[in-house]
Amino acid sequence: MKSMGEMLLRREAFAEIVMGNTALVRAMVVAGTQVVTAYPGSPTPEIATAILSIPADRRPFYFEFSTNEKVATEVAYGASVNGHLATVFFKSVGLNVAADTFVQLSLMNLMGGLVVVLGDDPGANSSQNEQDNRHYAQLAYTPVIEPADPAEVYSFYIEAARLSRQLRMPVILRLTTHVCHAKQKVRFPAWQPPAQVDRTPRFDVGNGPYIPLPFSVPELKQRALGRLEAVRGQAVACGLHRFVDHGNRQRGVIAWGLPFLSLLDALGDVQPKPDILKLGIVYPLDHGQIAAFLDEHQEVLVLEELDDLLEKEIKAKAYDLGLRTKIVGKLDAGDWIGEYTADKVKGILHKLWPDLVPAPPEIALNVAVPDRPPQMCPGCGHRSAFHAIKQALAADDITVADIGCHTLGYLPPYELGQLLMCMGASPGIGAGMSLFNTNRRVLVFMGDSTFYHAGLPGTINALHNRHNLTMIVMENGTTAMTGHQDHAGSGRNINGPAPKLPIRKILEGLGVEAIFETDTYQQRQLTDLVRKAMAVEGFSVVIARHPCMLKFTREARRKPGFEPRRVDIDQETCERIHACVAVFGCPTFTRLPDGQIEINPDLCIGDGSCIQTCPTQAITKPAKTGA
Amino acid sequence: MTTFNIYMTGVGGQGIGLLSEVLLRAADHAGLMVKSVDTHGLAQRGGIVVSQLRIGPQAHSPLIPAHAADLVVALERHEALRAAHAALKAGGVLIYYDALWQPLAVRLGQAPAVSAEAVAEKCGALGARLIRVHRPNLTDARMQNIVVLAHIQRLGLIAHLEAAHYEHAMEDLLRGSTLEENLALFDAERQPAS
Ligand SMILES: Cc1ncc(C[n+]2csc(CCOP(=O)(O)OP(=O)(O)O)c2C)c(N)n1
Repeated sequence: MKSMGEMLLRREAFAEIVMGNTALVRAMVVAGTQVVTAYPGSPTPEIATAILSIPADRRPFYFEFSTNEKVATEVAYGASVNGHLATVFFKSVGLNVAADTFVQLSLMNLMGGLVVVLGDDPGANSSQNEQDNRHYAQLAYTPVIEPADPAEVYSFYIEAARLSRQLRMPVILRLTTHVCHAKQKVRFPAWQPPAQVDRTPRFDVGNGPYIPLPFSVPELKQRALGRLEAVRGQAVACGLHRFVDHGNRQRGVIAWGLPFLSLLDALGDVQPKPDILKLGIVYPLDHGQIAAFLDEHQEVLVLEELDDLLEKEIKAKAYDLGLRTKIVGKLDAGDWIGEYTADKVKGILHKLWPDLVPAPPEIALNVAVPDRPPQMCPGCGHRSAFHAIKQALAADDITVADIGCHTLGYLPPYELGQLLMCMGASPGIGAGMSLFNTNRRVLVFMGDSTFYHAGLPGTINALHNRHNLTMIVMENGTTAMTGHQDHAGSGRNINGPAPKLPIRKILEGLGVEAIFETDTYQQRQLTDLVRKAMAVEGFSVVIARHPCMLKFTREARRKPGFEPRRVDIDQETCERIHACVAVFGCPTFTRLPDGQIEINPDLCIGDGSCIQTCPTQAITKPAKTGA
Repeated sequence: MTTFNIYMTGVGGQGIGLLSEVLLRAADHAGLMVKSVDTHGLAQRGGIVVSQLRIGPQAHSPLIPAHAADLVVALERHEALRAAHAALKAGGVLIYYDALWQPLAVRLGQAPAVSAEAVAEKCGALGARLIRVHRPNLTDARMQNIVVLAHIQRLGLIAHLEAAHYEHAMEDLLRGSTLEENLALFDAERQPAS
């Protein structure tokens, strides 16, 4: 592989090992996508990585990280009604934020087309739930196309874009975590860049109405339903479906996405294999195709990860058609939960056809090895903040977490942030908890990217309704947890310099009177400021600032002349109080069986934030590691 | 050809990503059908990183079923034992770099650290071959993955993969002095111990 950016623009056909997220970007290029918007969230950030590997001046489309998913959807919509093929991508729960806009899309004439790429997360690998976003698709009359692997990510996006443009309607490309991250060799066809791209803003009210109000809604809804039927009519011709014929007229399985691959693995070399109808477009269904498959088999399993939407629809259709096939979907609550891996699918097949598939191996609970929850990195400013803030709190004060790296503060030894909901929720939740509450003070945490994303309304509400709580803004200058994307406070966007919107100024502008601010490494001062802030009646804010040290260290390492540093333990002075390892809790500290503390040289970055936490001053100043 | 499953694990920041990407590309250069997937939700936050790689035309999903890994590659001792329990197949091979990044409960004094003996015991129970690698004098911890790669190659733990395939893969992925240092280390470590 030369550079990823070069590869994505290659004109001749080629085969390359790519992640699903990378294959998607080649598809965007080839489909002629003009505008791409996003908000970061796993499993989708590598889509942006691939986009950014193309130098800005050669990127065939405009790209931005918007302030949140709703805004990203709106920007894509605006571009589409101007005639540009647009795409918005974000993680599963991003659709909750975008929903108010998203549900309207199908009512509109999207002249350029608009593909909504969702990174769903069955198994909740890196999300706060495993919501099945196909529900939203049905709510909003929007087709859903689901690829199973990187090759399909490429071809299914091309088809989604074609359908969307042709029918001027939104189309969802629903990816799941291990489709986004799967890597395999994909053959990409040649691409000829268009000689000229028409970027004329072609918005015309004549293509509307674009005003959904009582007078127009029935007509708009009628059109949305009509377009859904048009997709249904094309579903088979699209060629995204596949019949895997094992010559079995007794048993069949309907499957799609990654669970289809799990099914093939789970079946292995059992005989006789059930026939498989592998779907590409999962909403709306082509009923004729489904009915024919049902008709040819006596028993059909709908292998459906997460919720039971297709199972219900297929059963209802079979009832209408008077089909006698036995249709089986979910048998118990376990079938609703978790990712459909090969082991999971084996279990499902075994429940239904014990003669065909043996029970999967029991997965023994692993008691031999202590858990390894994710931790804040060595030198993380959030750790210093938690260490300091804890000293200012009484035992029964209430702390509300928000989304971001600082969520990890809920773990021992800090145990701060006792409730977590979703991005930007902490000031609202904190406000509710402060009602009728005169003895338990309420402290809420907020990351900086989250502040701009969804934290502002809760903040404004706290002011407007005079709630009594303290908000700690954990300002590290970046969207850390999802891979260091810039945000409105960074002074930069993905395309270059941008105005900086300092949180302090925003808060001042809103009229917050009690604003305190310090670098989190000033632990004693931070403790003090939190005490002061919490003594204020009403809404107060402490900005606890320190740059993300993971980002900082990575950048420092790349600079010439970089010299690694680290602290050490003076074993003579150390009294084995263990404040460093058990109270401050930096992962650098290693505890030997006899209680002696050592520094893990692979981990320490020599930030020195730990020095002040040792009651006997046994931690030495960071020094060059004389390698 | 039967499927060959490789389960790679370590702690965020140890370089499992590069190790896995080298093996993936090396297998491709060797002309093998190969799939892989990284599971790195919170990879950089000191959590567990797992990368899975499957060789052979019968591997459909990139995810390896439980207890079905022919080869487990670990960059840390606790994760070596965890993977031996969850992923290693009876009679498989476990190779690990004996770094020690203590998990939370160990640092808090609530659980003992895993010993090298515990790893050996588990492998014994599984009838698995065990290879422990450790280089106390390695200057850059981020090159432990290359040491392990060199041993995988020298011991022929992955059929059909020649040294040139590994080197070719590294050339795909690394540049400049980083590439040179890694190639040199790979080469030195491949020499049989004198
Ligand atoms: C609606 C929604 N979008 C995206 C995410 C993914 N996400 C998880 S953590 C995070 C970063 C938050 O950044 P920030 O508030 O700056 O905190 P930091 O991680 O930098 O401490 C994001 C975007 C999410 N959980 N929910």
